[in-house]
Amino acid sequence: MNSDDIQNIFFIECEESLEAAEAGLDACKAGTQDGETINAIFRAVHSIKGGAGAFGYAALQAFTHTFETLLSEVREGSVALDAELVNMMLLALDCLRDHVDAARSGTDAPDDAAIMARLEQAVETSQANGDAGAAAKPASGKTQAEDLDALLDDLLAAEPQDEDAPVEEAPAGEAAATWQVHLRPHAGAMANGSEPMLWLRELRGLGGECIACDTDSVPPLGEFDVAEGYLGWTFAMPGEVTHEHVAEIFDFVGEDCSIAWGSEETIPPLRPRPAEPAAAEPQVTEAAVEPAKPGDSKEVAKPAPAPAPAAQAAPTQSIRVDLSKLDTLIDGVGELVIAQAMLAQRLANENLAHIEELAMLEGLVRDIQEHAMAFRAQPIGSVFSRVPRLLRELSSSTGKHVKLQVTGETTELDKTVIERLSEPLTHLIRNAVDHGIEDAEERQAAGKDPEGTLSLSAEQKAGRIVIRIADDGRGIAADKVLAKAVANGLVEEGAQLSQDEINNLIFAPGFSTAAQVSSISGRGVGMDVVRQNVKDLGGRITIESTPGAGTAFVLALPLTLAISDGMIVQLGDQSLVIPLTHVVESLRPQPGDLKGMGTDRQMLNVRGRFLPVVPLAAIAGRDMATTDPCEGVLVIVETESYGQAALLVDAITDQRQFVIKTLDTHYRAVDSVAGATILGNGRVALIVDVDQLVKTASAMDQGGPANLLAAA
Amino acid sequence: MMTHATRILTVDDSPSMRALLLHALTAQGFHVEQAEDGQAALEWLAMNEVDVVITDINMPRMDGFGLIEHLRGSARHADRPILVLSTESSDEKKQRARNAGATGWIVKPFDADKLASAVRRVTH
Repeated sequence: MNSDDIQNIFFIECEESLEAAEAGLDACKAGTQDGETINAIFRAVHSIKGGAGAFGYAALQAFTHTFETLLSEVREGSVALDAELVNMMLLALDCLRDHVDAARSGTDAPDDAAIMARLEQAVETSQANGDAGAAAKPASGKTQAEDLDALLDDLLAAEPQDEDAPVEEAPAGEAAATWQVHLRPHAGAMANGSEPMLWLRELRGLGGECIACDTDSVPPLGEFDVAEGYLGWTFAMPGEVTHEHVAEIFDFVGEDCSIAWGSEETIPPLRPRPAEPAAAEPQVTEAAVEPAKPGDSKEVAKPAPAPAPAAQAAPTQSIRVDLSKLDTLIDGVGELVIAQAMLAQRLANENLAHIEELAMLEGLVRDIQEHAMAFRAQPIGSVFSRVPRLLRELSSSTGKHVKLQVTGETTELDKTVIERLSEPLTHLIRNAVDHGIEDAEERQAAGKDPEGTLSLSAEQKAGRIVIRIADDGRGIAADKVLAKAVANGLVEEGAQLSQDEINNLIFAPGFSTAAQVSSISGRGVGMDVVRQNVKDLGGRITIESTPGAGTAFVLALPLTLAISDGMIVQLGDQSLVIPLTHVVESLRPQPGDLKGMGTDRQMLNVRGRFLPVVPLAAIAGRDMATTDPCEGVLVIVETESYGQAALLVDAITDQRQFVIKTLDTHYRAVDSVAGATILGNGRVALIVDVDQLVKTASAMDQGGPANLLAAA
Repeated sequence: MMTHATRILTVDDSPSMRALLLHALTAQGFHVEQAEDGQAALEWLAMNEVDVVITDINMPRMDGFGLIEHLRGSARHADRPILVLSTESSDEKKQRARNAGATGWIVKPFDADKLASAVRRVTH
């Protein structure tokens, strides 16, 4: 593990801390302001600060320090946590997130002057209000430089206020000169794992020489108390050893040992207490048999109570596993699934399909597969939890206040899907606030709550994850969309389109209804990109819009990317797989549905629309499969950019899950082939790259694509 | 002189801090065990032996103060050297740690050499 790895751990931890802090602040906002919630927020910020210091992210450290100071005031109860303060801290958290991002990407730290000032202001106000507790609050309201100094002071000085100028003394003398330090350990110094003898050793190690030992207080043997300190020493330290160096040894010794610096001082006196006389040196190792517990241990913190669920997102135990190891496991499970299917087929051929062991194996394999997939699954809450911030930003830039309703945030889906989901989701939410939800005045005029509502929901439905992003805005204005589409040349003037078709126009490349591209949603990506993103994840996006009542975008995503659903089709003696996400319908055409075009191309008439017929036989080799659409089956597929087409196959044989193996790594990239999979009968089947195939088909005038199966 | 490498238990809820400590202390020739909070440290210490404990203060479940108190209250660990490693540096916190029975206090971010010498200082 090198320092980069450790830094990566730190940044993962930052993400977790940021989420924990946000969850805690949200809980505060909702009214849960108990000690543990606030403590959890404090701990989250504190933990980022610790790492920031360790890895040298000064700006991040400075910001977290100020933030933490305020949180510590809140924790102590000297700052009242009102709604305004919670909102300000949420803004501070946003800034902290930017700081973390900047530290991770190595870019410039964000401008935090304004929010820093507000944080400091809040701290100062509290200190002005109650200076009684001021002594207990170090460094509050100080600048970063002062803080660092304070840290260094603490690190170096044992009792800095007691001595005047030993620092100057050491370097001032001649190089060979020595300077003196006097020490007397008291009773407590022998307890708690401290050992005065070790300090003496250390002084010796620095080149110090014991020039005096005060034995006057050593009592008669019978009155000797092993936990008591009876001896005092004077050491002569070499001139080149600095005061700081020596002070470091006694850092944290505190009152357990009196120290005096400089030759004009003497060994500090024994602490006044009824000391019984005895003899011999303090036997430090035995000293702690009955440890003299100094001070009032009552004030020491009790173990923290069980964390409040609101503040602690994951109280369950977890281990970190390298993602690549996990993927190797999941790959292996994929192979297992295939091997099991092959075995089942083989046994079926031997008329042994119904043996008990096979059913058992099948159940076990399914279990393992589900569990392995669950490893990669993460709650979608990690994406949803970023939405409040987005809404705050949008609120400040658009002036529209939007309430957020979230349901189903514990719904789990694949890590990769989650990661790639945040971009389209962000875009959809920006759109909803920017275009969907009206201004407060407009909403009031329409008799709506002036505050808009955005609802996010996620649920698992029929083997897919369905995510719904709904606003209660004005809905999609069909006439405007249509007019725009006509103006952009996407639709013929006067075309009759259904409401659904009009709604779907907003996904067309080059479509944008906003009269001028706003800075919010118009970031150079349109809804077509959103749709492509969703499609890349093997999902679909649909629109439900009611004029005046709002718009909902519904994303249906697969549970995992490792295994897809496919339709197995037959061409001659070859099997091919068509990914099910592309398939719209399949049909057996009547001769009247087909129209010839050019020399050997055909178009299929589907309820008034003409689609090009693409004989898959062209891939599989002409003489193996049928070329007459009426003898085969047409599978109508849909692509994002190239419209629909009808793929001609001999027959549809099955529909099943398959594990994709890329040809790139095992063979080489092949046009119109997305990869390969192994079927239950052990044979390799190619997976059709529908997008590529339809693109090629629509681009060519005649002839078919190259005979690709020759390669397989 | 001990015949084995000095065994250190580090207690910190931050994975990156644990990784840093493991890296720094292992490189210095120490044998390092790690726990993620006071409670986990106590559970580990109930079954295992260690020469030095290095603990953070701010941790969930059981914080550093609680851990030190518990250890000082037990017969086996009453005189175990316990170093506090914390970003905190207030006299109030230090006094609290001292009262609880801490042996030493090191301020984060730590310097690997200084930490190692602090460990050597409290061991034999």
